[in-house]
Amino acid sequence: MAEIRNYTLNFGPQHPAAHGVLRLVLELDGEVVVRADPHIGLLHRATEKLAETKTWLQTVPYLDRLDYVSMMCNEHAYCLAVEKLLGVEVPLRGQYIRVMMDEVTRILNHLLNIGTHGLDIGAMTMVLYTFREREDLMDVYEAVSGARLHAAYYRPGGVYRDLPDQMPQYVENKFKNAATVKRLNAARQGSLLDFIEDFTDRFPAYVDEYETLLTDNRIWKQRTIGIGVVSPERALALGFSGPMLRGSGIEWDLRKKQPYEVYDRVDFDVPVGVNGDCYSRYLVRIEEMRQANRIIRQCIDWLRKNPGPVITGNHKVAPPPREKMKAGMEELIHHFKLFTEGMHVPPGEAYAGIEHPKGEFGVYAISDGGNKPYRIKLRSPGFAHLAATDEMAKGHMIADATAIIGTIDLVLGDTDR
Amino acid sequence: MSARLELLCQNLRNALGDRIAKLQTALGEVTLEVAAGDYLETARLLRDDPNLRFEQLIDLTGVDYSAWGDGAWTGLRFAAVCHLTSVTLNWRLRLRAFAPDDAFPVLPSVVDIWNSANWYEREAFDLYGILFEGHPDLRRILSDYGFVGHPFRKDFPISGYVEMRYDPDQRRVVYQPVTIEPRENTPRIIREDSYGDADHG
Repeated sequence: MAEIRNYTLNFGPQHPAAHGVLRLVLELDGEVVVRADPHIGLLHRATEKLAETKTWLQTVPYLDRLDYVSMMCNEHAYCLAVEKLLGVEVPLRGQYIRVMMDEVTRILNHLLNIGTHGLDIGAMTMVLYTFREREDLMDVYEAVSGARLHAAYYRPGGVYRDLPDQMPQYVENKFKNAATVKRLNAARQGSLLDFIEDFTDRFPAYVDEYETLLTDNRIWKQRTIGIGVVSPERALALGFSGPMLRGSGIEWDLRKKQPYEVYDRVDFDVPVGVNGDCYSRYLVRIEEMRQANRIIRQCIDWLRKNPGPVITGNHKVAPPPREKMKAGMEELIHHFKLFTEGMHVPPGEAYAGIEHPKGEFGVYAISDGGNKPYRIKLRSPGFAHLAATDEMAKGHMIADATAIIGTIDLVLGDTDR
Repeated sequence: MSARLELLCQNLRNALGDRIAKLQTALGEVTLEVAAGDYLETARLLRDDPNLRFEQLIDLTGVDYSAWGDGAWTGLRFAAVCHLTSVTLNWRLRLRAFAPDDAFPVLPSVVDIWNSANWYEREAFDLYGILFEGHPDLRRILSDYGFVGHPFRKDFPISGYVEMRYDPDQRRVVYQPVTIEPRENTPRIIREDSYGDADHG
């Protein structure tokens, strides 16, 4: 009898289901995966090394480019680490804005994940629905920061500026007639908070829509139930965090367990999965979107009632307001020193981990007292999750490899750094 | 120091005894330093001791201390720094071990204790050249196939040594020495402690 040899298949680096540039070398026995060896680093930009050559403030925009579907959460972890080293307090309004934008980001991220995960394994319609809602939230990003993706909105000490009082409007052109423009602008008549509130009113119904498309969908269930099962013990040993850990039935959410900012003042529940398979993780993410919606509403409520500063008044860390800088000598000096030399961070080391939509995103910052970081280590959740691909994919069919890549919510910018 | 961190330090002292080379609390975080020889055993105790229960390795990274404080560093050069989390007892710890030999840094691998260390140790090897003894598959992970050197070491220039381009004559991709000039827009400065104090000059 002829000797049967395993077949090695190269999946990626340019594959639509690879969510970026992931090269997965699959060793197959027939259609069954025997070994999955992810080759990463194709998107490695040495962000950590670049950070060592930039001032503490200049590093912030680089953080957006790590996980480019949840930009503000990356900045958040970095700002928390720097604030910890500096010992700077963020004004309460700044903290509420951060929490609100983090939850907006969480919805953005989960929408992309559920949409593209559906796309990967055959539910082609999902992505059309989820991207419709992403559009509104992208407008929120644009209104606060001027950029739809790479916001650079958070700063050590707070956020760059307060929320805008009005939303940008659509204007009539040869593609959009007056009636369309009127419909598009209907929700944009008030402030940004009104716009987000209008979104949160509509959003739960949208989530119901997604659930009618997927939750009881026979094909979706066949493709996800029992696929990539991770037991709670293995999930801990493999360094899982976020929805991946909760999907395996461990109740661990940094927002509850080690609250940062004002998460201890808002009311929300933490969904926990039962079976630890792709379907459990999908259900966790769906529920997280509903909870994020709840948190956003509470933040809107608080932000309406409480005006105030959004960034620290310590001008060794944050620049003085523009008008004051134009009029006062002291403020001018602060401005000049801050943007030429940068802030000086006391020697020491700090680790700040946040509940990023994908898991625990941590920043380990070491300072030797200079105006630049000595070392920044970015702990990205996707790195640990992708490392477990081999264990999750072993014994499954080759088509399930895409379901597993989809469920770990992979963004290579974040994994490769 | 909060009572919980005090309790954690106490538990660490009870469990580890004289394996502790240095134990300090700063900025609300506990840092434990051990000698390379005690590293593996300490890791095992940290995971298994019922009063510590660090069952999760969140992060492991290499650090090159050679340029610390503009040459003020006198200790060993390379260290592996682990960030541990206990999900059951809800606390964190930073564990650091310095590699005894600067020219040939070797540390034991903790893969068998925390499986998540696998890729983190590959990364530390790739970027810093720290060898982890006992690692099942210590390959490069982030840098290119065939890359030479360890790019995150402090003596490795930010622009690297080689660049890649397509050569139309040879009709293939070639490597050549870098042609870009190193450039530093903002110089690195460490000010003395009293710098910028209003009551100080």
